[in-house]
Amino acid sequence: MARKPPSKTKQAVMYPLDWLEERSGIVGGVKYFLFRKVPGDTNWFHTLGSATLTAFIVQLVTGVILAMYYKPSPAEAHSSVQHITNDVTLGWLVRGMHRWGASVFIILMFLHMGRVFLFGAYKYPRELNWIVGVLLLATGLFEGLTGYLLPFDQTAYWATVVAININGTAPFVGPFLASLLRGGAEIGPDTLARFYSLHMLVIPGALMALIGLHLYLVVRLGVSSPPWSDEAAGREREPEPPPSRAGLVQPRPRAGLPGRPTE
Amino acid sequence: MEPPEGDGQRDQPTPSLWPIGLAVGVVCLLVGLVVSWVAVAVGAALFAIFGFLWARDVASGHRAPEAEAAEAEATPAAGEEPAERFPRNVFLETATIAIGALIGLIVTAPVLAASVLNAFLKQHGHDVDLGPIENFPEGQYMIATFQSDPHTGTIGHRSAFIRYNGPKDGEPSFTCISNRCVHLGCPVQPGGPTFDKEQKKVPTKHGPVTLVPSLPAAGFICPCHGGAYDQEGNRIAGPPTHALNRFEFSIVDGRLVLQSLYSVSHVEGTGANAQITKYVLTGPGQHVDGPEAWLYPLQPPH
Repeated sequence: MARKPPSKTKQAVMYPLDWLEERSGIVGGVKYFLFRKVPGDTNWFHTLGSATLTAFIVQLVTGVILAMYYKPSPAEAHSSVQHITNDVTLGWLVRGMHRWGASVFIILMFLHMGRVFLFGAYKYPRELNWIVGVLLLATGLFEGLTGYLLPFDQTAYWATVVAININGTAPFVGPFLASLLRGGAEIGPDTLARFYSLHMLVIPGALMALIGLHLYLVVRLGVSSPPWSDEAAGREREPEPPPSRAGLVQPRPRAGLPGRPTE
Repeated sequence: MEPPEGDGQRDQPTPSLWPIGLAVGVVCLLVGLVVSWVAVAVGAALFAIFGFLWARDVASGHRAPEAEAAEAEATPAAGEEPAERFPRNVFLETATIAIGALIGLIVTAPVLAASVLNAFLKQHGHDVDLGPIENFPEGQYMIATFQSDPHTGTIGHRSAFIRYNGPKDGEPSFTCISNRCVHLGCPVQPGGPTFDKEQKKVPTKHGPVTLVPSLPAAGFICPCHGGAYDQEGNRIAGPPTHALNRFEFSIVDGRLVLQSLYSVSHVEGTGANAQITKYVLTGPGQHVDGPEAWLYPLQPPH
């Protein structure tokens, strides 16, 4: 029985993909990532992580464009932001996306964290991913702090003065932390350039590395079922013991699955 | 019973009240830092006791599986035939690590020096010439706006409240208060009228100094978080930790020159007779006296 040869079109599509796959294995990798198994009863709350990632990518792209026009010196910073807003074609939109997108990114991070907490998805074996997530939250907030100075208007300047001085009140290390952030004993031209470098090079690099680690752990450990799911880690869940009216707190066997009687 | 493998659960410690006790201890300790040393001691004791109990519970529940895992890891390594090691082998491995570490060190040193160390070296204030002392009428606060560092442009502008107190012991006496709130560094405002139309521009070698007469009848008030100070800079309300910082000053050829800043816990008396309790300059929000000052034993160079 002769198999029908694939059509010319299919060949034209498959040939470069097969070429790439044979030399790098990357096609298989992408397929593994996209078509991996997830619990059947995931719901919209499970999309908050992807939404956060999307917001981050928007920040990356719009940030790159803003960096094409922004000038990180005290004399030019504010006027270059005015130039972006008023003169650059659709510059107001790109700046607006970056500005509001920053808040969206932070809010989505908190919502995602709330989902993970309320679903109990931080529990064994996903504790490390929770820790990486907390680092991402702190790094993301630091990104927000450093970005806030860059428009270099009165709000930006005094908010940064206050933010740095709040850091300064940390016990023992605070005064040194504040000097490190300012790049000296006083806020000066170096502070703006320093925040710019942190905001567009150092912290995004750290965020990307942490996001990579976060996703690696998500793929490796799989997505958790919702707490009301009939499945636990892809298996049928044992029924809970019937509620008793004897007291408020029921002692529950801890070994193995919840509700499973100890032997 | 052995927990079944891969059921998404690990044998967990039984529910415990120790973490709650630990949390109470932490709260008691932190509140005590502000309120009283007895509370600190009680908090520290609670923290230590409940921390120990909790750690003991957690450790006893998990010792067995960890030890098993360690054994399981150790066994196959011992079971495998280790490759034969030659002295040359060991030498090359050590040399590779050592050279790598050396290169890392050589690269790291300048990076750390330029990014971290530079923030702490060569940090010194600049003396600021505010012009002839005749511009300061006796008993009148003048808001002086000046260039604190000639290399920094407009970002180096600073303001001070300057008052001439008349002569004391044959020397002119000045009150030179920094306008930066010692809560979090916002610019405090005079609680009273400022006479912008009477402002003077005094030329100096670092650019003009602006002098605006002011009548801070209600002292100085911070717009950010409501800190309030009296006319000598003493804290009277709000979150600030002590009195406003002051500048050292000197009179050079009949001109008032501001020098370095210092912190002040409080001022007794007024004007030329003020008794100022001085401290090394500390950042805003950091205590200079009392037990809270122990949290800030070291200050970077200002």
